[in-house]
Order: sequence, then C-alpha cells, then structure tokens
Amino acid sequence: MSQSLLEVEELRVGFAVGGRELRAVDGISFSVNPGTTLAIIGESGSGKTVSCRAIMGLLPSGTDINGSARLNGSELIGLSDSELRRHRGSDMAMVFQDPARSLNPTMRVGLQITEAITTHRKVSKQEAQTQAVELLRLVRIPAAERRFHEYPHQLSGGMRQRVMIAIALACRPKLLIADEATTALDVTTQAQIMELLLELQQELDMALILISHDLGLAASYADEVIVMYAGKIVEQAPAARLFGRDGSVRMRYTRALLDAIPHMERPAHSALPVVGGRPPDMTALPVGCSFAPRCGSAAEDCLAKAPNLLEHAPGHKWACWHPCENGVHS
Amino acid sequence: MSGRHAMGEPASSKPAAGEPLLSARDLVQEFVVRERGGTKAGVVQAVSGVSFDVMPGETLGVVGETGSGKSTLARAILQAPRPKSGSVVFRGTELTRLHGSRLLQARRHMQFVFQDPFGSLDPKWQVRSIVAEPLVAYRTGDRNARQKRVDELLDLVGLDPVRHAKRHPRELSGGQAQRVAIARALALSPSLIICDEAVSSLDVLIQAQVLNLFEKLRAELGLSYLFIAHDLALVKQVSDRVAVMYLGKLCEVGPGERVYREPLHPYTRALLDSIPSTEPGAKRAAATIKGEPPSPINPPSGCRFRTRCPRATDKCALEEPIPRELAPGHLVACHFPLSEPAAAATATADATIS
Repeated sequence: MSQSLLEVEELRVGFAVGGRELRAVDGISFSVNPGTTLAIIGESGSGKTVSCRAIMGLLPSGTDINGSARLNGSELIGLSDSELRRHRGSDMAMVFQDPARSLNPTMRVGLQITEAITTHRKVSKQEAQTQAVELLRLVRIPAAERRFHEYPHQLSGGMRQRVMIAIALACRPKLLIADEATTALDVTTQAQIMELLLELQQELDMALILISHDLGLAASYADEVIVMYAGKIVEQAPAARLFGRDGSVRMRYTRALLDAIPHMERPAHSALPVVGGRPPDMTALPVGCSFAPRCGSAAEDCLAKAPNLLEHAPGHKWACWHPCENGVHS
Repeated sequence: MSGRHAMGEPASSKPAAGEPLLSARDLVQEFVVRERGGTKAGVVQAVSGVSFDVMPGETLGVVGETGSGKSTLARAILQAPRPKSGSVVFRGTELTRLHGSRLLQARRHMQFVFQDPFGSLDPKWQVRSIVAEPLVAYRTGDRNARQKRVDELLDLVGLDPVRHAKRHPRELSGGQAQRVAIARALALSPSLIICDEAVSSLDVLIQAQVLNLFEKLRAELGLSYLFIAHDLALVKQVSDRVAVMYLGKLCEVGPGERVYREPLHPYTRALLDSIPSTEPGAKRAAATIKGEPPSPINPPSGCRFRTRCPRATDKCALEEPIPRELAPGHLVACHFPLSEPAAAATATADATIS
C-alpha cells in the first residue's frame, strides 16, 4: 500500500439553492503523496475550489458534505470546528488568490505571522517573534526585520503573497493548498512565487495542491494533473503524460481547454478552435456526460449515460465514451 | 531626452505609405501623490514620453506588468484624463487641444472595452438600452432606426436579439456581458477599439470565443485595435505589432513574430521566460528576473529597467537609451540589446534624424 498523505474518496458537496440542490462536487476521489504536487484544473464553477474548501473544513455550516478525506490516516469530513482547527494550520494550510483581502490591513504583518504561530503552538511571545522573522526570511523577503513592522499596504502584491505563504507555513504543514495563489500576480512575480513554493516544498518535504484555471501552470509545475468539469474529475494523469510534444490528452474537454489557450507558436490572427455554449446549470445537470452538449464528438451514448472515470492506461484515467486518439490533436 | 521619432514605425519611411489612424508622440502623464494634509509627496511618472502609431486595420498590442502605465496610456489617448504633454492625432485631428462637443465628435470613432464587463454595464439597464446608449448620446437615427441597429449589433457579436435584448446584465454570463460591452463599443461604427484587458477575466473557453469575435470584427469591419494586456501569448495571438512597456516607457516595439522570436530588450526576454508553458520539458529552464519593479515615483536614472537587468553597466545609469531601429520596424530602447546586427549603426543614424 502506498503512503498517501491525503486520501479523498467519493467526496460530494451540495448546496441548497432556491429549493434545488446544487451538486458542486459530485463524487471525486484522488490522493496526494508526500512531497508531490497535484494540480486541479478547471473553469469557474467546476468545483475545484469547493472540493478543497471541503477538505479544509472552510465551507459554511449546513453544507451537505459526504464521502471521506483522510489526512495521514485521520478522517477530516464530519469533524467539529475545534477538532478541525487542530489540523488546519498545523497539518494543512491554504493560500488564497487575493493576498490584499486575506491579510488584516490594520495589523503589522509580523504580528499576523506571530499570531499564526501562537495559535497553534505553546511558545513565548519572544520565541514566536523570532520564528516569524525566520519565516519572512524563509519566503525570501529582503530586510525581514524591517518588513516585520510594516503594514500590508506598504508591501507589493508579490510581497503580500509571500507573507501569506509565511503564515501558511508557520506550523510547517505537510500539505499546502494554493488556490489560484498566483493568478492575480504579474508573470515575472508569478514565476518567482512558483519557484519559491517549489523550493519550500523541497526544503520542508511538503505536498502541494495547486488549484488553477491555467493549464500552463499545471504543465510547468505539477507532477500530477486533475481536470474537473461540472463537479466531476474528467481526466487525471501525470503532467508529463498529459502535456508536451507527444502528450496524450484523451478527454475531449481537456483537449478543448488546451486548444483554446493562445500559444506562442500560433500565428497572429489565426482562429482559435472553440467549443460553443457554456458550462451546464449545476442544479439541472444532463443525464449523460455533462460536457456532451458542448462536445463536437458527442454521440447518442454520450447523451444517454455518463461515462465513469476509469483507469484506461497505467496512471491515466479519463471519463469519455469517445476519447481523442492517442497523441493526436482533436 | 527620449526620441522624437515614432517608436513603432520605421522612421525612414514616414510620409509615403498612408497616414496612421492614431499617432501618439511624446505622451506624458503624471499624477501628484499627496500625503495626509495635502503636501506633495511626489509625482508618479505613469507614462513618460511614449510615441507610437496605429495604422488603419492594424492591431497594436501593448504588454506590460501592473504599474507599467499601459492603462494610463490608453486613457491618455482617450483624453480622460488629458495627458500632461505630448500629442495624440486621431484620424488627422489633434485631440489634446479639443474641448467639449468637438472632442466628443472627434472621439466617436474611438471606443473602449474594459476588463470587467459587469463593472462597465449599468446593472439596472436592459441590454438593448445599454447598446443603444451611444446612439442616443450622439443623436443617431430615430427610435426605430436605433432599435434596428441594436438588433444588428447583438447579432454581430453572437447574441440573439430576441432572447438577450431585454435581459439585465446580472442575467448574463461573463462572456455574454463582454459581448454586450463590445456591441456597445461598435454602435457608432468606430475605426479604433481600445481593449484594456478585455478578455482577462474570462474563462479559457469563453476567452477564445471573444478573441475569435475580435478577429471576425477586424476582418469584416476593418477595425483597428489597441490591445492592452498582461498576457503575452494572448497579445501575440491578436497583434500585428507588439509594444512592450516598463515603468511608463516603451522598451521595445516590433512585428509580433519578431519580438517574440528574437526579443532585443532584456526585459522582453525576461517576460517571455516567465510564462509557464504547456511543454513540461521546458519548465524552469531559464532564470527569471529578480526583484520587483521600482516605484514610478522615483524611477531609476538612465534606463528604468537597469536595477533588474542582468546586462546593466554604468552607462545604463547615466544615459537614457534612445529607441533604435535594429531591424526593419523593430525598435529597442537599450544600450546593450540581446542581438546587435551589423546594420545597427546605420539604422541608429536613420532613426535619430527624423
């Protein structure tokens, strides 16, 4: 048996919206090994953020959560708030998209990091402050002692995101979830933050889940990639298998996503291959494959019955009745 | 000081080949930053001495990071707010000296599409009123003619007039709302559309649809675009020529293919190296630039990129690099460009004469 750090099984998340049930996450299973990077890719509303928030216990009470998520063997789903708080921060932590709104604008950044340390550990104030400065150094913030006393508005977007990462790392979690953590940043800053995350991952032997809409980010930085559509995993494979010159994307939605990205190699003014329509209404999902109404290769069986996510090749799962030919574009 | 010549146009071939649709020269835009109490704390040099041309039917892409001044540049062209100095000639008319209704008339052929469609559409208005607004504002046609034009426009951007005309913005998806914003921009049959991060907030599949729509409109209506975005691949996809901006200045302008294949400015190279690629093999091969852009309140002397540039020397601190044309139509403002063809010396001479 492999030593998975996080084991998610048949996770379902439902919200009640105007009397109808919205299945934001519909039975997803995956696992993350220590020290590896998993990317969860999907468009707005595909369920990528909701599934991770369910694991972190960050969804509003009353949300209907089923299934199982085990971190180091201990079950997270169904825990009370106080029990969850023991895990959050110390075993697992999350970094969000907008560092400006995640930080307290009226509090010096050093204090915010110190608070994260003292909440989880019994250490003296002095000791916590020393650790906080160390954390600022760990996330490569220059002049850490001076920055310790500054307010968030005195820092640039990239620096604020570094502070968020420092807070997330305060108790050396085994799992860090980065939810579109670099989306709001410029490309050069994004590259710096991603480098930092990967270096820290090595140093701290941490597992990383990258939630993103950016397939390029997944291809460049992840070991394993999950593609979500309408609350389900539609394809899962090692990044090296999915992307690259002889990549073998099989699920038609993943293919459509890859084709729709403007590429450096594409000549100017060339028409991008597009799929019409938009993601389905999550309160009234179609019976068959939820991508079928937008899929150019949909046949009758696609509309009649939803394909299951099955492992068709070693390490490569997809849910599609009529997958793309191996390695062939569309 | 910064060159008088157009960065973005072969300076030697200026008079012959048709007048540019839009021509900006030495545009400067500054904002005074005040401390609490109102004392002047400094001046943000958001745009300092930018010159470029957009030819009829051409798309000029502008890339740059947050704070590079690309949005300020777009607004300076629109005269909202008016630039501090410099000239903007649009369809043969100097905009910077026009006021009131004459400015309004000169500007009707220049329209804007912004990043956030929901922020730029009045939530209380129906789609048809939103699209008709420019027609009303410019007193174009009667009620029936306007109604007909709105239907035409909605059709043009791929929305069904019957289904969508009576909806409110909140009843639209992001892609649909951006189509409404585009329909409104097209209402007065403009010749130039300025897109400021117009597809950046859309999901990949919807983004591709809207990009294709821009291309279709370009081909069918002969539109020109000033396409501003931070995403380099996106800009390449739609642009004939690309201008790279850093801290209020253009550092490189040239044909899209050339700029991306053979960048001349170290900053352009750094930007290109920072893009995550869908080729896993290529990952993290090249080192990215360190640090963050300095404050535009006190930009570095000489070349503004020198504080982060791996090639910088003392010369870069002392002398501001003047844009030079190192290949046909390909200009760079750098003392030590990444490749310096033998013809560089003569091209420099040509470029500085104009």
